[in-house]
Amino acid sequence: MNKSDRSWLGRALESLQPILAVLLGLAVGLAFTRFAGESPLHVLKVLYQSAFGSSYDLGMTLFHTTPLIFTGLSVAIAFHAGLFNIGAEGQLIWGALAAAVVGHAFPHLPGVIAPWIAVSAAVIAGAIWGAIPGWLRARRGSHEVINTIMFNFIAAGITSWLVIEPLRNPDTQNPETAPIGEAFLLAPFRVFDDAPVGPAFLLALVAAFLLWLFLNRTSLGYELRAVGQNEHAARTAGIDIARIRIFAMAVAGGLAGLVAVGEVLGNAGRFKVGFSPDYGFMGVAVALLARNHPIGILFAAFLFGALHKGAMDLDLETENVTRDLALVLQACVILSVSAEGAWHWLRRVGSAGKKRG
Amino acid sequence: MDEQNWYQSAPFQLAASTFRLAAPLVFAAMGGLLSERAGVINIALEGFMLMGAFAAAVGANHFADPWMGALIAGGVGAAFASIYAVFVIQYRANQIVAGTAMNFLAAGLTPFFCKILFDVSGSTPTLPIAVRFGSEPIWGAWILLALLAWLWRSTSVGLWIRFAGEHPQALDAAGIQVNRIRWASVAASGVLAGLAGATLSVCLSSSFSRSMTAGRGFMALAAVIFGKWRPVPTALACLLFGFLDAVQMRLQGVQIGGVGVPVQFIQILPYIATVIVLAGFIGKSRAPRSLGLPFEKV
Repeated sequence: MNKSDRSWLGRALESLQPILAVLLGLAVGLAFTRFAGESPLHVLKVLYQSAFGSSYDLGMTLFHTTPLIFTGLSVAIAFHAGLFNIGAEGQLIWGALAAAVVGHAFPHLPGVIAPWIAVSAAVIAGAIWGAIPGWLRARRGSHEVINTIMFNFIAAGITSWLVIEPLRNPDTQNPETAPIGEAFLLAPFRVFDDAPVGPAFLLALVAAFLLWLFLNRTSLGYELRAVGQNEHAARTAGIDIARIRIFAMAVAGGLAGLVAVGEVLGNAGRFKVGFSPDYGFMGVAVALLARNHPIGILFAAFLFGALHKGAMDLDLETENVTRDLALVLQACVILSVSAEGAWHWLRRVGSAGKKRG
Repeated sequence: MDEQNWYQSAPFQLAASTFRLAAPLVFAAMGGLLSERAGVINIALEGFMLMGAFAAAVGANHFADPWMGALIAGGVGAAFASIYAVFVIQYRANQIVAGTAMNFLAAGLTPFFCKILFDVSGSTPTLPIAVRFGSEPIWGAWILLALLAWLWRSTSVGLWIRFAGEHPQALDAAGIQVNRIRWASVAASGVLAGLAGATLSVCLSSSFSRSMTAGRGFMALAAVIFGKWRPVPTALACLLFGFLDAVQMRLQGVQIGGVGVPVQFIQILPYIATVIVLAGFIGKSRAPRSLGLPFEKV
C-alpha cells in the first residue's frame, strides 16, 4: 500500500498507534496494582506527583531521562544500519569508568578543557567496546545480538575487578573509584532545586539533533540507512557494508559512553559499580517506542525516565506496591508497542474511512 | 588428610559442586535449545527462570513439598512463556524487544507478588530442609538431556522442531502447522526454564530472592551457542560453565603470593569462550537458518 492510498484518517490513526499502545500498556500495568489492593488511580497519582510534582522531582525525572536518551540513540543508530545493539549497558559502563579514571588521573587540568577530556575518554571507551562486536559481525559473521549480550557481562566482570583492585577508592568500603578532580565536575542547573541535572541533559538534546542531521542530511548517514534497509542493494551500489557496520557500532558505543557525562561528571563524581539500573536494555525499549527516530527518542526517554522516577515514591506512598512496578509498567508498554500484528485493526479502520470518504 | 573420607577430598567436592551448579544451566539451556531450534530467539530465558524460581519457592512453601514447587514452577514458566509466544508468534513482535520486555516483566512481577504474599519484596521465607530438594534436580537435569537427545534423534517431533527453525516452508508443505510447533517449543522452554528456576530456589538455595538468577538465563543461552545448538554439546558446555563457577566460588578471597585471585576473570570465561566460538575461531557455530524470522503462510 503506498502513501497516496491512505486517507488522512488512516494516517492519523497510524501515527496515533504508539500513543494508544503506550496508554494501553500503562493501563494494563496499572491494573496489576489491584492485586495489591491498591487503587490504580491512586497509584497513577503517586506516579505523577513523584515524577512531576515539584521542580526537584521534574529535575530527577530529567536526570533519569538523560542516560536513556543516550542509550536510545545508541540502539537507534545501530538499528538504522540493520544491527541490534543490546550492548549499550557494557558500552556505558566502559564510558563511565574511562571518564572516572581520566578525571582522577589529571586533577590539575583547567576547568575549561577538563570535562571535554573526560567526555572524549568516555566516547572512545564506549566506541571501542561497541566496535568489537561490530567488527565480529562484519568480518566474522557472528551475530551482534549474542555478542553484545556477552560483551555486557564481560564489561561488568572486568570493570568490577578493576574497581575492586587497582582503581579502588582507599577511603571507602564501597566498590567505587576515587573521586574525580573538581575541574571535571559539571554544576547542575539551579532551577531544579539540587537535582543533579545539568549540561549532560543539554548534550543529550544536541546529540539527538546531530544524529537526526547525520542520518537525514549526510551521505554517510544515507549509506548507513541503505545498509540497514536493503543490504543487497547497498552492496550493489558499491557501499562498503563491513565498514559501515563497524562504524555504526562504534558510534553506538560512543553514544552509550556519553551516559558518563550525567552520571560521573554531573552526579556521582566517581564510578560506582552497578550504578546503571539497566539503562542499556531500557534504551532498546526507548528506541522501539520512538521507531528509532532521534527526536522521538527524546520523548520516549522522557516517558521511561518519568516511570522510573515516578515509581520511586511508591514504597512510601502506598501500602503494598513497590518501585518495582516501574519495570512492570515499562514491560507492558514495550509489549504493547511491539505487538505489530495486534494493531492491524487501526489500519483497517483507516482504510475503511477512505472507502466511505 | 588421612582421616578424611574420599567424598570429602577437594577434587570430589569440586566435581560435586560442578554438577550442582550445572543443573539449573542444563534445564534452562535445554529450554533455550528447544525454542531456538524451532526458530524463536529466546533472550527471555532469564525472565522465565526468575518466574520459575519465585513460583517454586511459593509452591514449596505453601504445600510444604518441593515437588509441588517444581510443578508450579513448570506451570508458571509455561504460562509466562505463552505470553511471550502470543507476542512473537501471533502478533509478530520483534523477538529481541519482546524478550527484553519479558525479562523486565519478570524482574518487576516477582518482587511485586512477593510483597503481596509475604509482605517483603526482597525474598520468600526460608524453606526448611524437608521442603527442599536434595540431589533430585541434579540427576533430573541429565535424565532430561537423555530424553531430549532421544526426542531429537528418534522422533518425528524432534524433526518437526528442527524443520520449524531451518525450513519452515518445507514443514508447512508437509502439512504440519509451523506456528503450532513453535508455540509448543516456546511453552516447553518455559517449563524447562521454570524448572531451572526451581532448582535455584528450592535446591541450590533455600528461598527465592530478588533477581536471584543473576544472568544464569543468559549463561544458558551462551551454552546453547557454545554447544552449537545441539543437545549433548550444549549440556557439556553447561558442565564446563558449572565447573568454572565452582572454581571461582572456591577461589573467592583466596590469596596467592599476597594477591587476591581475580575471580571476575574466571566468571567471564564462559562469555569470552562463547564469543570466540561464535566468531568461528574454534569450529563454526551456526544458528538455525530461520531463527528470529516470523513464519507467514504464503
